[in-house]
Parts: sequence; C-alpha cells; structure tokens
Amino acid sequence: MRRFQVLLAALGLGAIWQVLSMIANTPILPPPWQVVEALVLALPHDLGLDFLASLWRVVASILLAVATAAPLGVLLGQSRSLSRIVSPMIYLLYPVPKVVLVPVLLLFFGIGDTAKIAVIFLILFFQIIVLVRDQAAALRPELLLSVRSLGAGRRALYYFIYFPSSLPAILTAVRQSSGTAVAVLYVAELFATRYGLGYYIFINSSSLFNYPAMYAGILAMSLLGLGLYFGVDWLERRLCPWLPSAQEENS
Amino acid sequence: MLRPGLGQSRDRMVEASDLCFAYPGGAKVFDGFSWQIDRGETWAVIGPSGCGKTTLLYLLAGLICPSCGELRVGGEGLRRPRPGTGLILQDHGLLPWASLRANAALGLRVRAFYGPDGLHSPHEKQVGDIWPRVDSWLKRLGLEEFASRYPSQVSGGQRQRAAIARTLVLQPDLLLMDEPFSSLDAPTRESLQSLMLDLQAEQGLTSVVVTHSIEEAAFMGRRILFLGRPPQRQAVVLDNPAAGHGVRDRSDPAYGEMRGRLRGLLDAAIQGSG
Repeated sequence: MRRFQVLLAALGLGAIWQVLSMIANTPILPPPWQVVEALVLALPHDLGLDFLASLWRVVASILLAVATAAPLGVLLGQSRSLSRIVSPMIYLLYPVPKVVLVPVLLLFFGIGDTAKIAVIFLILFFQIIVLVRDQAAALRPELLLSVRSLGAGRRALYYFIYFPSSLPAILTAVRQSSGTAVAVLYVAELFATRYGLGYYIFINSSSLFNYPAMYAGILAMSLLGLGLYFGVDWLERRLCPWLPSAQEENS
Repeated sequence: MLRPGLGQSRDRMVEASDLCFAYPGGAKVFDGFSWQIDRGETWAVIGPSGCGKTTLLYLLAGLICPSCGELRVGGEGLRRPRPGTGLILQDHGLLPWASLRANAALGLRVRAFYGPDGLHSPHEKQVGDIWPRVDSWLKRLGLEEFASRYPSQVSGGQRQRAAIARTLVLQPDLLLMDEPFSSLDAPTRESLQSLMLDLQAEQGLTSVVVTHSIEEAAFMGRRILFLGRPPQRQAVVLDNPAAGHGVRDRSDPAYGEMRGRLRGLLDAAIQGSG
C-alpha cells in the first residue's frame, strides 16, 4: 500500500466524518477539525503524558513477551517430547480471552503499570509462542541435516537457524495481536489509574463531558494501534528482506 | 613409528566393516555390510527406492550411527560429522533468510563460531579470511552477480551451485552427494554433472554420488555400488572405466553398455520386491 493511498484514504474518512457530524448535529459527534484542535492543544499537557504511559506499557509488554515466548517457542518446536506435555496446555489456554483476566490481575497487582503490562503480556505470549513453535517445527529436516554436516552443534544451530527463522513468526504474532493488545489496554486503563489513554477517554466522557477531548483520546489511541501495526510492518521489511511480502514493498 | 597397516589406511578413504543399521521400528537396512572406498575414487551409488542409499550416505556423513560394525573415514573412527567431509543434498539446504554469499560462507562462519577445536572444525586450519575465499568460489561458479540475492530469488540450478560453493570453500577431501541434481531440468543437470567431474578432478576429491538415475550413475561413477532390496549384506560393485572426466560423450557405447547393465540390475531388484 502506497503512503499516498493511505493519506488519501485518511482524508476520505475525515470527509465522511465531517458529513456525519453535520447530519447528526449533536455535541456527542463533534466535527473532525474540533477533535484535531483538542488533540493538538492537549498533547503537550495531560494527553501527551497519557499517550506516553500507554505507549510505554505496550512496548514493555511486547519486549517482555518476545523475550520469554520466543525462546520457549523454539524449544517446543524442536523438542517433540516437551511439546507433547506443554502443547495441550497452550491449546486450552489460548482461546481464553485474556481481557477477562483484567479484574483478576488488578486484584493481584493493584492499579499501577504491572497489571496492565501483565495482561498485554499474556495475550502476546500465547500468540508468539504458538507461531514460533509452529515455525520451528516446520523447519525442513534436510536444512538441519545440511547445517549439521557443516559441523554445527546445538549452539550453532540456535544461532544460525532457530532464532533467525523465528523472526518472521515473532513479528507476525506481534502485528496480529497489536489491535487486541491496545483494546485490552483500554479496558485495563479504565479502572482507576493516574495516567493512560483509556483513563483519559473515560474521564472526559463520563465525568467532564468534554466530547472533543474524548474523541481526541480515541484518535490518540487509534494512532497508537496504527503506529504499532505499521511499526512492526516496517521492522519486518527491514529485518526480513527475504520474505516475498517485504520484497513487494521494496521493489 | 610405523604401525602395521598404516600404509593401507592412508589410501583408504572409507572403510565400512559389518555395518548394521535399522530405523527405529523399521526393518534392517544394513546387516553386516562392508565396503571400501580408496582416496580419489569417484563412486555412484544406485538402487531402487527404499534400498538405503540415502541412509548409507548419512552413515558416511556421520549424521547417524550404525548399530553395529565399524565405520572409519579418513583413517579415523566416525562418531559425528567430520570436518573434512562435504555433504550436498537434493534440497540445497540453503538458509532462506541469508543471501547466497552469506550462505556460501556458512561453513566457514560455523567454524569461526566454534574456533579450531578439532571437533567442529579441523585442528590444523585457522579460519582466516572468510569473504575473499567465498567470493572467489562464487565467481568460479558463475554466481558473482547473484551473490546478494536470496535463495527464493534465484533458480534451482543457482541454488544448487551455491550449495556446491558452500561445500567446496571448506576444502573437503570427501564429497558426499545425495541426488544433488534430480530436481533440476535436464540441461542444468547435465552441465552441473560435468562441472562436478571437473571440480573433482581438479581438487582431487574422493566422491560418492547417490542417485536413482541410471544415466547419472553411469556418467559420474567410475565405480558403482549397486544396492538391491534391503537388508544390504554384500556390496555389489561394478567397475565403470567409461565414466568420468575422460569420456564426456554420452553416445559412447561403453556408457550405453553400463546403462544397460544397471537397468538390468534395477529391474531385477524391483521385480524381486513384487
């Protein structure tokens, strides 16, 4: 997708928004320019801080999840005996919508960052471990045999094969779950917290009745999700140039 | 101090004595099989599907171990992949996420990773400069302009040539190939077969090509090992002086005669299995 096309689409959506706002003619749906104005005004103040708080929580969860789930996924992918024990457990836990665990985690960890990072971490952990495991298990035995014949032992196989091969799986898992991650962050931040976009949106809608500010928060949160998605996409193109998807974009 | 029989083992590249091997839960593939390969010989191994040719190659490569018997390669007992042995498989075995150049350098990079510990890489060789050696082999095999491309971006023949570069840059003395060209189209296959013969003669390699193609066996194997139906006990060896570097013409009658003999053996083996 060209950047130009995306820009055009954004302007188109903005135009549709403007029309809907004029038709609805209610303070609940302010026109886009009002929202953008609220966004720009609030950004240097509390909105900016809330955005950074939310961003930090998401990034920390991603890094934590990758650091734990990727090595475990590789381990599961190449050890059939371990996989036989662990995979059924993952199979059962995977479909649980992690958002329902938010109240539980809040009880355990309180209203600080930890609970929020924990819930996003759980979502990403399962996504990453499953994709990395499947990727590692799908490695052709001939590939492993060839590299072993070059004298590679266990350590070299990890360094030259298992970890590089799991990179696309990790990035795909993060990209696929970035939407859910931001959504669950929102839910987690609705509960009392000092900073966070979810809290910003909530407080402006229910207490302050500042609708342009509320929409500014929604827009900011959308941009967070969008930024994550495109960020991972960009990473994939830079770090995995051998993938056909990356080659299409680059050519 | 000379040990008895030392002169013999110098010329012997591979000495297999009474090998037994069976895959877990499967029937015996090798049952007291013995075979010898001398230095500098070019062998072809041929037989019907399931006869154990690939198994034999993996045994020679040290990737699997026989359950009984002894296997000596290069004068030493074989426990694990030996640094001086090169292996080229039908599936080129290139890393999809590395360029052809990085792939060709993989063997040297693995050695650099471990250092010259004698286990993963030969004692006496320091790794030295990786990239000049790799680049010269890529140039030799006509891959210079494709060096920075990925395996998915080049043709099957080029991939296999990169795999050949990767193996030869390590200066092996024993080259093992498992149907290396069977997935390529005929013209590419024939040119690579000729290339391999040239390289073998030039580098003084001992080589073993496993193939299911009668033509390939007759063309590349100066000595041919025929494996019938498993379990393999007795090595059936045919001498094929018509093969190799001397005769490049595929219409040579001796070449045709060998093909006929091999076809006869194969048919008998296949019919025997019903």
